[in-house]
Amino acid sequence: MPVKSSQAAPGRPGWVALIACALLGVSAAWAIDPTELPDPKLQARYLALTHELRCMQCQNQSIADSPVGLASDLRREVRDMLVAGKSDEDVRNFMVARYGEFILFRPRFSARNAWLWFGPVVLLALGCFVAIRILRQRAALLPQDTEPVDEDLRS
Amino acid sequence: MNRFLLPLGVFVLLAVVLAIGIRHSPDKGIIVSPLLGKAAPEFSLPVLTEAGRTLRSSDLRGRWYVFNVWGTWCPSCREEHGFLLEVQKSGRVPLIGLDWRDDDAQARAWLAQLGNPYETVIVDREGRTAIDWGVYGAPETFLVNPQGIVVYKHVGALTREAWETEFLPRISAQAAARS
Repeated sequence: MPVKSSQAAPGRPGWVALIACALLGVSAAWAIDPTELPDPKLQARYLALTHELRCMQCQNQSIADSPVGLASDLRREVRDMLVAGKSDEDVRNFMVARYGEFILFRPRFSARNAWLWFGPVVLLALGCFVAIRILRQRAALLPQDTEPVDEDLRS
Repeated sequence: MNRFLLPLGVFVLLAVVLAIGIRHSPDKGIIVSPLLGKAAPEFSLPVLTEAGRTLRSSDLRGRWYVFNVWGTWCPSCREEHGFLLEVQKSGRVPLIGLDWRDDDAQARAWLAQLGNPYETVIVDREGRTAIDWGVYGAPETFLVNPQGIVVYKHVGALTREAWETEFLPRISAQAAARS
């Protein structure tokens, strides 16, 4: 029983409760965006979208994490569009048309950035090609060079 | 000789790619607007200085205008204000001001105190028009041609240098092409 514990160690549960209350206050103060959409499905999509859109004013934060006015305006746009029945892609297109691809934290595939996606694969293939050629050249040299040494070791 | 050729080739290729990358990012903070070359977003907003009057984007068709986004909360707007007054004095092109996320009374006081360089100031309290224009920080200044196409965007306080190298040549070029 909690009463007993407080009798056993007078004063201590009081401190614990105080710290717990203080922490509760902190977590509430940290929540920049208190929006709750009526439909939990919409709310989940809203949270996902606002976390993948960049706050253009403070460029390393998402609009979900940023306290600036523009971010809250953009959150309102996202909210209004979702409530109006628009798809996630509609929201992304809306943002890209105004702010450019840079607003997306996850860039889309396009002809312009294709080399970024395929570059590593091409480089890997090139590396494999060079490595195989070197290994083959060595393999061709090895039998002649090593055999006499092996003979020496055996005797 | 031959065995150095491949690494050298790779090095040169890498150097060229990186050089292009460095050349193309003189200002990492400035994002090229997707609006350039496209029709200016439409708006219909109340005029700050005349109660009851609205200005529509269609009212501005047929002539050049400069669309300047500002707010009394924005320090760089104060910085550029003197130059905006000079632009107005030159009479080359009218300035349309968008008072963004601001208090009307404070905005009026600002213009009364510092002078009003704008032909018309419209009020965007909720920031919807600013979003349509892809504004991410004030001040931002757009140049719109008589066909209603956005031809240039300047981010940050407008400077004489930007005005003379980016804005004026564009206006003169089209005027020359006409005649």
